[in-house]
Amino acid sequence: MTAAAPDRARKTSWRRQSVLPGFNLTLGYTLAYLSLIVLIPLAALAIRSASLGWTEFWAIATDPRIVASLQLSFGAAILAALVNTVFGVIVAWVLVRYRFPGRRWLDAAVDLPFALPTAVAGIALATLYAPNGPFGAFLEGVFGVKVGFTSLGVVVALIFVGLPFVVRTVQPVLEEIDRETEEVSATLGAGRLRTVTRVIMPGLLPAILTGFALSFARGVGEYGSVIFIANNLPFQSEIAPLLIVIKLEEHNYAGATAIATIMLVISFAMLFVINLLQAWSRKWFGHD
Amino acid sequence: MTEARANTIRINKPRQAIGEGPRTRFALIAIALVFLALMLIAPLVVVFFEAFSRGLGVYIDALAMPDTMSALQLTLLVAAIAVPANLVFGVAASWAIAKFDFKGKSFLLTLIDLPFAVSPVVSGLVFVLLFGANSVLGPWLADMGIQVLFAVPGIVIATIFITFPFVARELIPLMQQQGSSEEEAAVSLGAGGWRTFFLVTLPNVKWGLLYGVLLCNARAMGEFGAVSVVSGHIRGQTNTLPLHIEILYNDNKAAAAFAVASLLAMLALITLAVKTMLEARFAGSLAAQRRH
Repeated sequence: MTAAAPDRARKTSWRRQSVLPGFNLTLGYTLAYLSLIVLIPLAALAIRSASLGWTEFWAIATDPRIVASLQLSFGAAILAALVNTVFGVIVAWVLVRYRFPGRRWLDAAVDLPFALPTAVAGIALATLYAPNGPFGAFLEGVFGVKVGFTSLGVVVALIFVGLPFVVRTVQPVLEEIDRETEEVSATLGAGRLRTVTRVIMPGLLPAILTGFALSFARGVGEYGSVIFIANNLPFQSEIAPLLIVIKLEEHNYAGATAIATIMLVISFAMLFVINLLQAWSRKWFGHD
Repeated sequence: MTEARANTIRINKPRQAIGEGPRTRFALIAIALVFLALMLIAPLVVVFFEAFSRGLGVYIDALAMPDTMSALQLTLLVAAIAVPANLVFGVAASWAIAKFDFKGKSFLLTLIDLPFAVSPVVSGLVFVLLFGANSVLGPWLADMGIQVLFAVPGIVIATIFITFPFVARELIPLMQQQGSSEEEAAVSLGAGGWRTFFLVTLPNVKWGLLYGVLLCNARAMGEFGAVSVVSGHIRGQTNTLPLHIEILYNDNKAAAAFAVASLLAMLALITLAVKTMLEARFAGSLAAQRRH
């Protein structure tokens, strides 16, 4: 194996020569497993979707109930991602720049939505924000806002699941930012606010946008935490993933496939944008 | 600014000269604390509060229910298959990607990330379309007496799909950062591929690998959307813990639902505790940046 590897490496021009063994084995296994688990199943969806035909697809895609559910899923995900961007940047800033008791605990808590199953988060949020729950009763009594079992509940659930994405993309970049540029800016007479907005923020922008996009992408597809806190009424608080489940229960595979295809196309476009942002960030700021 | 003062500033880590004023600082810390307490900590506290709200007896009864026990067994079984499968893949993929240079590497990375971009429900749907009654594979497998959908194999495959990138995503940046000079030294001294991996690479990445496995496991045990679509919700047979929580909650057995939920919440807490511990001790040997 070790003796044969350099020979093979010389023949293939698409990879750089290496003395390490195992390239063919590991890459072959990676590609086979990837195809079997991810690519072939996703291709099945694409083929099924293509077999629908354009007119049928369009008829399903423009069904008012489906349009309403997609609008809610994307609208709520954008709103939640915006909230997460604002608070996520503040949390990342506090965690990186300040030292205070309990900082490590706070840092660990940020990952909670990654580790806590969505169904658990869902029933917990539903209990908190229900009209008779502690947060729900307060919000309705003081501000007259109903959160539990409305479309606002959807936004709350998506804020929960999406928050770590912003914090965890902004945090490492913020850690790497050179404090000397800030010192230069301060020495040259810029106020703190001006330094933050003109010197720090431009460097952070790609990370912030990536965090926003990741939080948004996660929110669009989220199901488990949302269905408990929303009352899932069509045209009001019915998200697109739930509608897929409903179509499947009605054995309406065409409908489910069409909604899934629309969601997938938009998610992949998001993934593409995220990768572009990171390439841009690497190119201009030398980190990812 | 005198030279002496400039030096003190350089030594003290939080450099006041370019930081925010104490009021801004206090306000930002307060905003972060209140936001995280309300959005993240409160739901966690509610899980344990509600679980014990009807007393310890109800809590233990909910956990000792036959349906809970069978859901727990199924969840453990699914994780016991899905996690090792993705562990082997993650190690193979990170060896190929981190130790070698080849064309199409970034495209391959994007493909590995695909399951993160797919809604859990859509992931489940994909396998319904692949193995369902009116698919190509479904009737063929049924003839051979294999049921995938609404049975354990379907739940396992959907879980593998959902947790596919976790180990690879944790290992690849870490192994890239460590480079391959140590492995090259081992090989040039005559060690074989497996020996190099187990004696040189593995000790270097073990903590990152452990964290990837823990995250993969937490997600495998907690997956809801994809499993819900492929399981068929047969009580005592194809119900995992998260699905069991849903059934109990919709049956108005909130205390029992939260009791089962507290098991998964404890798993989440253990995952986070181990992660925090690893980061504190081995700051360098965990990947700096994570996406899930």
